[in-house]
Amino acid sequence: MSSVEAIPQTADYVRILPELVLSLFGIVVMMLEPLIDERRNQQALGTLSLIGSVAAILASLYQAAYPGFAFWNMVKVSNFSVFFHVLVTTVAAIVILTSYEYMSVERIRAGEYYSLILLGTVGMCLMSSAVELVLIFIALEISSISTYILVGFRRGEAASSESSLKYFLLGSFATAFFLYGIAIIFGASGSTNFDKISQVLSSEHVPALAYVGIALMFIGLAFKVAAAPFHIWTPDVYEGAPAPIVGFMSTAPKAAVFAVLLRILFEANAPGRMWLIWVSAALSMCLGNIAALVQTNIKRLLAYSSIAHAGYLLIAFATAPEVGISAAMFYAAAYAAMNVGAFAVVSHFANAGERYVTLDDYAGLGRRSPTLASTLTIFLLSLIGIPVTGGFFAKFYVFSAALRANLVGLTIIAIINSAIAAYYYLRIIVVMYMREEREEVPIMHIPLALGAALVISLAATIYLGILPGRLLGYAQRAATEVLPSQGASTSGTAFALPK
Amino acid sequence: MSTTDLNSWILTLVTFIPLGGAVLLIFVPRRDRDIRVFALVTSLLAFILSLHLPAHFEHSQTGFQFEIDQPWIASPNIHYHMGVDGFSMWLVLLTTFLSPLCVLISWHSVRDRVKEFFILLLIMQTTLIGVFTSLDLFLFYFFWEATLIPMALLIGVFGHARRVYAAVKFFLYTMIASVFMLAAILWLYAKVGSFDLIAVEDAIRKGQVSGFGTAAPWLFLGFFVAFAVKVPLFPVHTWLPDAHVEAPTAGSVLLAGVLLKMGTYGMLRFNLGLFPEQSYANRSWIVALALVGIIYGALVAMVQPNMKKLIAYSSISHLGFVVLGIFSFTSSGLNGAMFVMLAHGVSTGALFMLAGIIHERRHTYEIREFGGLAKPMPTYAAFFLFIVLSSLGLPLLNGFVGEFLVLAGAFRAQAVYGIVGASGVIWSACYLLWMYQRVFFGKVTSEINSNLPDLGGVERAALWPAAAMALVMGVAPLIWLSSIAPAVENTLVPFARTVANVVKQ
Repeated sequence: MSSVEAIPQTADYVRILPELVLSLFGIVVMMLEPLIDERRNQQALGTLSLIGSVAAILASLYQAAYPGFAFWNMVKVSNFSVFFHVLVTTVAAIVILTSYEYMSVERIRAGEYYSLILLGTVGMCLMSSAVELVLIFIALEISSISTYILVGFRRGEAASSESSLKYFLLGSFATAFFLYGIAIIFGASGSTNFDKISQVLSSEHVPALAYVGIALMFIGLAFKVAAAPFHIWTPDVYEGAPAPIVGFMSTAPKAAVFAVLLRILFEANAPGRMWLIWVSAALSMCLGNIAALVQTNIKRLLAYSSIAHAGYLLIAFATAPEVGISAAMFYAAAYAAMNVGAFAVVSHFANAGERYVTLDDYAGLGRRSPTLASTLTIFLLSLIGIPVTGGFFAKFYVFSAALRANLVGLTIIAIINSAIAAYYYLRIIVVMYMREEREEVPIMHIPLALGAALVISLAATIYLGILPGRLLGYAQRAATEVLPSQGASTSGTAFALPK
Repeated sequence: MSTTDLNSWILTLVTFIPLGGAVLLIFVPRRDRDIRVFALVTSLLAFILSLHLPAHFEHSQTGFQFEIDQPWIASPNIHYHMGVDGFSMWLVLLTTFLSPLCVLISWHSVRDRVKEFFILLLIMQTTLIGVFTSLDLFLFYFFWEATLIPMALLIGVFGHARRVYAAVKFFLYTMIASVFMLAAILWLYAKVGSFDLIAVEDAIRKGQVSGFGTAAPWLFLGFFVAFAVKVPLFPVHTWLPDAHVEAPTAGSVLLAGVLLKMGTYGMLRFNLGLFPEQSYANRSWIVALALVGIIYGALVAMVQPNMKKLIAYSSISHLGFVVLGIFSFTSSGLNGAMFVMLAHGVSTGALFMLAGIIHERRHTYEIREFGGLAKPMPTYAAFFLFIVLSSLGLPLLNGFVGEFLVLAGAFRAQAVYGIVGASGVIWSACYLLWMYQRVFFGKVTSEINSNLPDLGGVERAALWPAAAMALVMGVAPLIWLSSIAPAVENTLVPFARTVANVVKQ
């Protein structure tokens, strides 16, 4: 296959197959909504979306057999992109399972909700396979705009509309930074394609403009992953948004943005990244954890915890690419498993109108619903980083990569922060098991779909804690494809994968 | 399956059968009686299987037996490596022996959330056994930390009035101390490239660990702090009385019987095993703390108005003997320390069961509430006296053998250690007998006490094995010592060299 083809070939379409599948299902779900009876459409459309996301997972796995470029070097399918495709679509599937119950309790119109999840996932998938800045920007917008709307879906609540508007205004502002960064990088390197940019940035004389461009792009992306000092929106937005959507937006788009960040910082071999990351990681961990200590609303608490986790994850970006990329990928997967699970519990327990979201409401949960309480306990233990959960190895790999890169100071900050974090996660466990409930909070029967969502995320969390080897091995292989190509590949095609 | 097949799998089975039982228990419907029977059967099964260990233990062989070593995770290099020697084998048996008794003693006393209670108890058992069987530092650390969660929940959910305070204090104390051990373990891993205890020990002995000389004192301290809090050694003991007083009976039994031994076992295995020179160099202040613990624990126990607190402080005193024995670096001291660990597990476990039995009838541990109990509860009084005598070290009962050996070792090391330590034996007779006198003799002081029912069938079933074991251990200690001795000699090998070096200089 040569690089410049006038007409896309079949192979090109295979390389965006998951995106095609998701778009198709998203559109079909939206169009079916008015045709299906109001009482039944929740279940039916949910199931259809679930099929869509599972089909996308299968498509991503199928796609793995056809690595390479597509659409004039704008898309690159590799182990790296397949990893994030599977991660993002699996999260989407779990969130859809979680939403079944939430939708009927909250009376949300299913068609738009599910199709927005699917279409947002298209953007996130594309972000992980795009190797061209303008396409990345478009993908980022697809994903962001879907989440802006999803955040405001609790229409009766002022808080939800407020969070949607806040997220939209600040988000657009951040995207503008990102776009500005792209423009400057284009000015500095003469291209929007990673291959070319990498060559310019790896050369002896890096144009000063490139530093500005990288910094601006970093601001835009740091906003999306809620890394300090661009995290201010997070608690308010998470508090107002529907709980399953918080589970979604705190994991899937973040993973996709981290994929982009990995590409920009490592594949494009961005200069001067070290201090940028150092400061942002340290700030995120400290601010997130300290603020989380005093939260009484569980959604706000998990919002601050997600800021802190973005900080841990960012550490990996300041390390050597050989270990840093795979550590970051593993972290993203482990964090997705435990966080989406924790939010599944939160959204089930919140009940109609999200009435029960304060820490006090969780008092005595261990007595009233042992299943729910013990499941949440395992997710929280994983968030702390206790061995035999995915959270432990996630932290282990990131911290040991940091130590290998001689980032002793940052590692010490991270370890102190992990200890602080243990306090507020354990507080939830203590409240659940050791405090008597004040008022009777109703406990609903766990429906099948939610049960499936919990089992999947629980199994993933524990699997990554007991046998992390396979996923890490895959991530390491994938990482070799993102490593900066050492001076080779002068042609624009760059079809040969670096070994 | 032939015995050789079983030999490599036996430790896995013994360790994980309780956990498997706990998982199955989740699906057992909430009929309390079935749940109790199921928990009892599971823990008995683990006990019966664990009997395979002493039956097939090769006394002549030094080093670890029943080993299983499977690569588990490639990066970081973690092996599923288990094995036991004379030390850990008996601690495993102590755990499996006490667990069915814990189930029995909780038979009637736990009425609320029975299922959760027994699930936690079984998980607890797995983590405790795992601590003693792991030979991989990572695996060890995991089990070590994992013991915290079920125990904190047992205290915090099923305990008495100030349970949350006690649970959080227990958790924070031991968790923070263990972080230092984790730091030391990670340092060793970074230098050796393996978590395997034997590989690490080998690398240290052969001097292949770069920078070990400067780091060793800190590594020694990192391990020691974690173990000292667990034991607990004198200034860091304050979590123990709170935890014991608030814990449910079964929790106290496992806490005193097994959990504290994790600390002294750790000292034997890791401090002495990995850092012999540092252990030897630091012996004087450690022994001093142990002696202070013996005397202080005994004196504080004497003035306790609360029966359970008294037993808790007596544990501090007894564990002081263990530390004294270990850091005497004599073979009788180490043999004795190991024997005290086992004897204390049986006797103090039984004492806590007895205290729990009276608490169930009167809902108080206050000694002044009782008096003349021997009249309404003669069998109870007889059991109590027997266990008190075994605990204070009456010859021909289990307490005597260990304390005698420890003191013999301490005299050899320094006469002064022996003299101060020996006074602890007298103190323990004082506080235990005085407590016994106040509770059981004299007139029945309170109307309620005169009608207390004597021991029931299940309670007897829980107490008989402990009492019988106390007697057997006192009469035939060689059953235990014959397999402990090789492990002791193995541990002391580097010290013969260390002492020789000191003499040469």
